[in-house]
Amino acid sequence: MSLAHDARVAVHPAAGAQRPARARPELNNPAAWVVAAILLIMPLIANGFFLIEIFATTMILGIMALSLMFLAGYGGMVSLMQLTIAGFSAYMVAVFGVSGNANISLGWPWWLAVPMALALATAFGTLGGALAVRTEGIYTIMITLAIGAAFYYFTNQNWAIFNGHTGINTVATPHFWGVNWRADIPFYYVVLAVAALCYFAVEYLSRAPFGLALQGVRDNPRRMAALGFNVNAHRVAAYAFASFIAALAGVLQVWNYRQISPGSVSVGACIDVLIIAVVGGITRPIGPFIGALIFVLLRTFALDFLVRLGLDGNRFRLLIGLGFLAIVFWSSDGVIGLWQRWRQRQRRDDSRSRGGHRHG
Amino acid sequence: MDSVAQRLSAVGAGAALELRGVTRLFGALAALTDVTITVRPGERRAVLGSNGAGKTTLFNCITGDFPPSSGTIRFFGEDVTHFPPYERIRRGLRRTYQISALFPGLTVQDNVYLACRGVSRGRFSFLRPGQNDALMHAADNLVQAVHLSAVKDQRVAELAHGQQRQLEIALALAGAPRFVLFDEPAAGLSPTERAELIEILTSLPAHIGYIIIEHDMDVALRVVESVTMMHNGRIFKEGLPQEIQSDPEVQELYLGGGHE
Repeated sequence: MSLAHDARVAVHPAAGAQRPARARPELNNPAAWVVAAILLIMPLIANGFFLIEIFATTMILGIMALSLMFLAGYGGMVSLMQLTIAGFSAYMVAVFGVSGNANISLGWPWWLAVPMALALATAFGTLGGALAVRTEGIYTIMITLAIGAAFYYFTNQNWAIFNGHTGINTVATPHFWGVNWRADIPFYYVVLAVAALCYFAVEYLSRAPFGLALQGVRDNPRRMAALGFNVNAHRVAAYAFASFIAALAGVLQVWNYRQISPGSVSVGACIDVLIIAVVGGITRPIGPFIGALIFVLLRTFALDFLVRLGLDGNRFRLLIGLGFLAIVFWSSDGVIGLWQRWRQRQRRDDSRSRGGHRHG
Repeated sequence: MDSVAQRLSAVGAGAALELRGVTRLFGALAALTDVTITVRPGERRAVLGSNGAGKTTLFNCITGDFPPSSGTIRFFGEDVTHFPPYERIRRGLRRTYQISALFPGLTVQDNVYLACRGVSRGRFSFLRPGQNDALMHAADNLVQAVHLSAVKDQRVAELAHGQQRQLEIALALAGAPRFVLFDEPAAGLSPTERAELIEILTSLPAHIGYIIIEHDMDVALRVVESVTMMHNGRIFKEGLPQEIQSDPEVQELYLGGGHE
């Protein structure tokens, strides 16, 4: 289990590949514009099922995995508690806001409950981070996994706030300006806006002093201290930022399902986020979203596919697991790593054939 | 020789760096034993000694990479014995590493920019540096000073060994250094690169003092005005370069053995 190590190793080739267009790679890339346009007009193409069950769910999971990508890809810290932070945020929306469990929920309007949930979840993640930064590599994974597991069992057993294993149901979603923001199309745009915001924030931050310093901490923490940086403070700040992103995803998640229960914060779900980030690639912010799309497509359609082959549909995780194995075996920087290498090879072939023509 | 030691210790409170009885234990092994050194501001000194003499441990104690087991370290009069490394660096102490300690995933420019950022405000800034960012200019100048302008947008992992050594020095000269510890800066350099290194060291502003660990006597003795000989974790001799070079005990212990 050398994920932390892989994370560090994986960063280098991809960072090199992105170097030529380092300022704003996505602006020079026509494919990025096409994807953006398709995402914007998606409600014209897709029905409610695809809009929410596939794309909104993908983006919500993508945001959670993005928070892990930020920590692991830029900071070299593999945190398995990102889903737990999102789940905590989701619980807090349900507890402070309006839900079917009137004896638990405080009934605050969403515009008070959401900032409260974000603040508490960010504080929760920052505290967890402050514990985790005292460790390195596999111990960071262990301590964050322990936090995730502890939270799962706590929600199962605590009835006063978390309502035990049944969780909190019929959580209210925002209605204002005459719009039901949980209706398929408005909710799709809300999720898209938050996902875009998080994506560009991480992308922007990677070249700001804070993000650069974080990459310095990843590459050589001892030298960073010898340059005047307080390495642990930087790591904790990275956890705070990543926690805020995960907390945003948690708010969207509880609005999406309108309920939150321990099943959503299980240890398996924590590991799913890691799988999503690694399959997509943790070297660039787009990776987690690609990983989430693959995960959601498999989760949704592998069942039918397996049943058609005469297998048990619940074995879709087997497909995900095999895919994960294949990815980490052949491409330590995920699907985007495969894509980048394929593009580089094409470019090399191109220049070689052009060179041949000149000489010929 | 004693007169030099007396002259150096007489500087007392005005010292750039003052170590008193510094001992560092690794388990039962004493890597440093009762080391007392005083270095004046602007003084340039070589630390010589065979492998295992405690030279790099001395540096690690001074910068705080490893705290000393006992003894005190004063930096420009301030007791920094229990300060974390970054607090010492922010006060003007700098160091380089024997084995290059760079950021291989970042470009040369970003490496130097981080060094400049580390000793100024805004380490946590969420805003990208703009076109007229003062620290970017400072980083540009440093990159130029160590002759790396041609490769400034390359990732450090792609640099040649000599270029990495030069970058190592650039990182230590960011901001306003008052005292620098150079840990074998000439290791693995070609004769041309050695000449460049000597030029960089001798052209440092007069107020910047340094200690240099260097096995190559041709380099070491051309860039320092005093020498400390270490042996088995203790100070063995202190003096002027020519005194040390001609000292029979030193020759017996180090120079003679080292060259044969």
